[in-house]
Amino acid sequence: MVGGFHVPTALLVAAVLGTLWAAVAVRRRQQGRGFVSDVDRATYETLHTASLAAVELGDGLTEDGAAAAVDHLRAMLGAPAVALCDLAGPLAWDGAGTTNHRPRAMEIAAESMAKGRTTVVHDLRCDDPACAVRTAVVAPLVVDDHVVGSLTAYAETATPGFTRATEEVARYVSTQLEVAEVGRERTRAMEAELRALRAQISPHFIYNSLAAIASFVRTDPERARDLILEFADFTRYALRRGGAFTTLAEELKNVERYLALEQARFGDRLDVRLLIAPEVLPVTVPYLALQPLVENAVRHGLAPKVGVGHLTIQATDLGSEAEIAIEDDGVGADPSSIRRILDGLATRDSVGLGNVDARLRQVYGDRYGLVVETAVDSGMRVTFRVPKFTSGVHA
Amino acid sequence: MTAGLSVAAVTLVCILTLAVGSIGLRLTRGTSDIYVAGRTVSPRRNASAIAGEYLSAASFLGVAALVYARGFDMLWFPVGYTVGYLVLLVLVAAPLRRSGAYTLPDFAEARLESRTVRLISSVLVVGIGWLYLLPQFQAAGLALRRVTGWPSWAGALVLTVVVGINVASGGMRSLTLSQAMHYWLKLTAIVVPAFVLLLLWLRQGHPAPSAPFPDWASPGGGFASTGHPLYATWSTLLALALGTMGLPHVVVRFYTNPNGRDARRTTVSVIGLLGLFYVIPPVYAVLGRAWLPRLPTRDSSDLLMLDLPHAASPGTLGALLTAIIAAGAFAAFISTSSGLVLSVSTVVHQDLLQPRISRMTSDDASPIASFRMAAVLAAGAPYLLSRLVPPLGLATTVGLAFAVAAATFAPLLVLGVWWRRLSTAGAAAGLLVGGISAAAAVLATLFGGPWRGWPAVLLAQPAAWATPLAAVTMIAVSYATPRLVPPRTVRTLARLHTPESVLGAAHPRAPLPLDR
Repeated sequence: MVGGFHVPTALLVAAVLGTLWAAVAVRRRQQGRGFVSDVDRATYETLHTASLAAVELGDGLTEDGAAAAVDHLRAMLGAPAVALCDLAGPLAWDGAGTTNHRPRAMEIAAESMAKGRTTVVHDLRCDDPACAVRTAVVAPLVVDDHVVGSLTAYAETATPGFTRATEEVARYVSTQLEVAEVGRERTRAMEAELRALRAQISPHFIYNSLAAIASFVRTDPERARDLILEFADFTRYALRRGGAFTTLAEELKNVERYLALEQARFGDRLDVRLLIAPEVLPVTVPYLALQPLVENAVRHGLAPKVGVGHLTIQATDLGSEAEIAIEDDGVGADPSSIRRILDGLATRDSVGLGNVDARLRQVYGDRYGLVVETAVDSGMRVTFRVPKFTSGVHA
Repeated sequence: MTAGLSVAAVTLVCILTLAVGSIGLRLTRGTSDIYVAGRTVSPRRNASAIAGEYLSAASFLGVAALVYARGFDMLWFPVGYTVGYLVLLVLVAAPLRRSGAYTLPDFAEARLESRTVRLISSVLVVGIGWLYLLPQFQAAGLALRRVTGWPSWAGALVLTVVVGINVASGGMRSLTLSQAMHYWLKLTAIVVPAFVLLLLWLRQGHPAPSAPFPDWASPGGGFASTGHPLYATWSTLLALALGTMGLPHVVVRFYTNPNGRDARRTTVSVIGLLGLFYVIPPVYAVLGRAWLPRLPTRDSSDLLMLDLPHAASPGTLGALLTAIIAAGAFAAFISTSSGLVLSVSTVVHQDLLQPRISRMTSDDASPIASFRMAAVLAAGAPYLLSRLVPPLGLATTVGLAFAVAAATFAPLLVLGVWWRRLSTAGAAAGLLVGGISAAAAVLATLFGGPWRGWPAVLLAQPAAWATPLAAVTMIAVSYATPRLVPPRTVRTLARLHTPESVLGAAHPRAPLPLDR
């Protein structure tokens, strides 16, 4: 059987399979394209160009984004030249007249930006008799009722149709800039929430910890000293500055400090079990992703429970991902209330779960949110996964 | 007798492998032993794991067999296997860890910010992984046939199943501990029989080793059959020295280090552990020349170490020693194959399977199911290949895998870490040129031929021409496409090269600054 392996036959079979595959692929592409009228095709192409420009403007009116978007805008208008300016100066130019007209782009756009309406500038001075640029139509870019820049389309003559088209394209660009602004607002809101979470060491926790420490000062001064240092390290970590990410090892250390303090208060009533695969300790996780979940389990799950409560923290290695699970056998919760918290509808005590869930989804995508399994009186298990590597995410 | 002992030893190794991982998890309870969970794997433990995974059957059985059959020239193999880590240490260990990459495609994406380069790397990882797995499966079949009399497909199947279970059930177990144990197991299984055999040799009046051909013990003798011993020596050494950094399972292990500094420390320990191990195989080769001027079986010389104890002492002692060596060899098969299957299935899962599955099921399928499918594919495909491809000898096929790695990932890693003008197009072109030319040489060697003269040696030892070709392509295309240099190159390189001591806090309890 081994001896029967015939190289030329194998090569021939591979070549035939490859050709077949290529033929099928070409055929599918042609079918996908179909038969469309010229008008339809023009519409599709314009829409496609518009979507290309929209991608480039995703970060707002930046120099790089404008430079990449401006040639799509020129294609949409069919103008010989198009310029984008913001309030500070010209951002990007595409098309003819780079030497003669480009340096004066700001001068021409100034009136429109000052008045906030479309202006037409006729008889542009030009040394080149063959130059196609004679007239400029300037339309302002408006975001939230503020002028943020302008779109200038140059042409031989400014027909009403051309002026109208320029205005519409400027309005389209303005909408895209507004969308970008909303995206930035969302990032800012996330950052603010992280700052809030950082500052949010619960006052109950501070009071209870200090009271627990005080009870040890006479009976066990050594332990009291250790606990005070734990408390100092815990607050230091919670108040630290710097990146939005850390390693799972650091997060676990902080959770251990938190648990040491809680155990000083609960004593034998709190039984903690950690089961950690050492391979996943270097995994990058969002800063303060674990501790709020553990605090949630202790405060809402185990504290109201009568008798000994068990808390298990488990981290397992799933190849390219790590899975972290926090499980308690406390009083549990109504699943619908948890769903409201994760949907961001409830405000009470929801900072922990809702915020961690939102941040995980924002960083890793919607497949990586929290998974909560719970019912009243049957404990709670919160699980999440993090990929070991995500482009652009560093501790 | 021999069969019974050996089967018991091999079974014991399989059970140990699956059992030891389960106790590797950091388990803490209550306050007394808190502060254990966050402690990362120490460089020494991790070095044992890396060495345990790296010492494949090609090292355990192959080196002794090569030296036995072809002479002292073959000592370049253990030298090259170890020097690879020196090159890794000096050029890429710490920056690679700092990049945060878990697999080689991750590094390609982190450095070049391109999905295309990532995809090319993924395909190359799968190819190199399978090429490396192929001889492991073939040799496992031969070795089990030798000690138990089973057909060779059965031995390879046993290995495939054990490795598949080991990888697919991962997660709940610590692979690091299991692999670290395998290093010490292999070291014991090779050292103890070696010393017993040496004693026997002294007791039997130290019979002199006989050379099979005149140049057996002189430089250039072993590669003389290629017709161009100097080229063959250099090309082998280059492939091994540069190929190590491009092996998929090596990079994955480095992720377990907490930072770049520990990555370097780990590498230094690995070099020590490998050096210790590689002292032993030549002993078997020379003893083999003394007792077994001709091999009893008509198999490949790869099984020399299994035949040797019987030749030295035909009784129970010989059977016992054979069982110990068989256990070590099977540990080598399992640990290397597990590491390779793990890294190949990770890449298959991440880049090839998961995107398609989640598109077809609109994100409903569990990622674990996808990973298990990938593991079955990653272990099953090389098993089938091992039935189709005629065996070429352990160390030779492994050498080809090293050559492909050297011609593709070595330039990518070295230029990626040290050269800021590397462009996306340059990296892609270099990977393609290196990958295609090395793969063509490998296929021609495995299926084509027999070749003669220069073509034969160039095809069997492609590293010396394919690696420079790939590097030059990468550099030339990068110079031609300066616009395609990734926009965040400077930031990425700064992160790769900034030592941890600069970033770390001066003192753990230094006062917090107040200007918040």
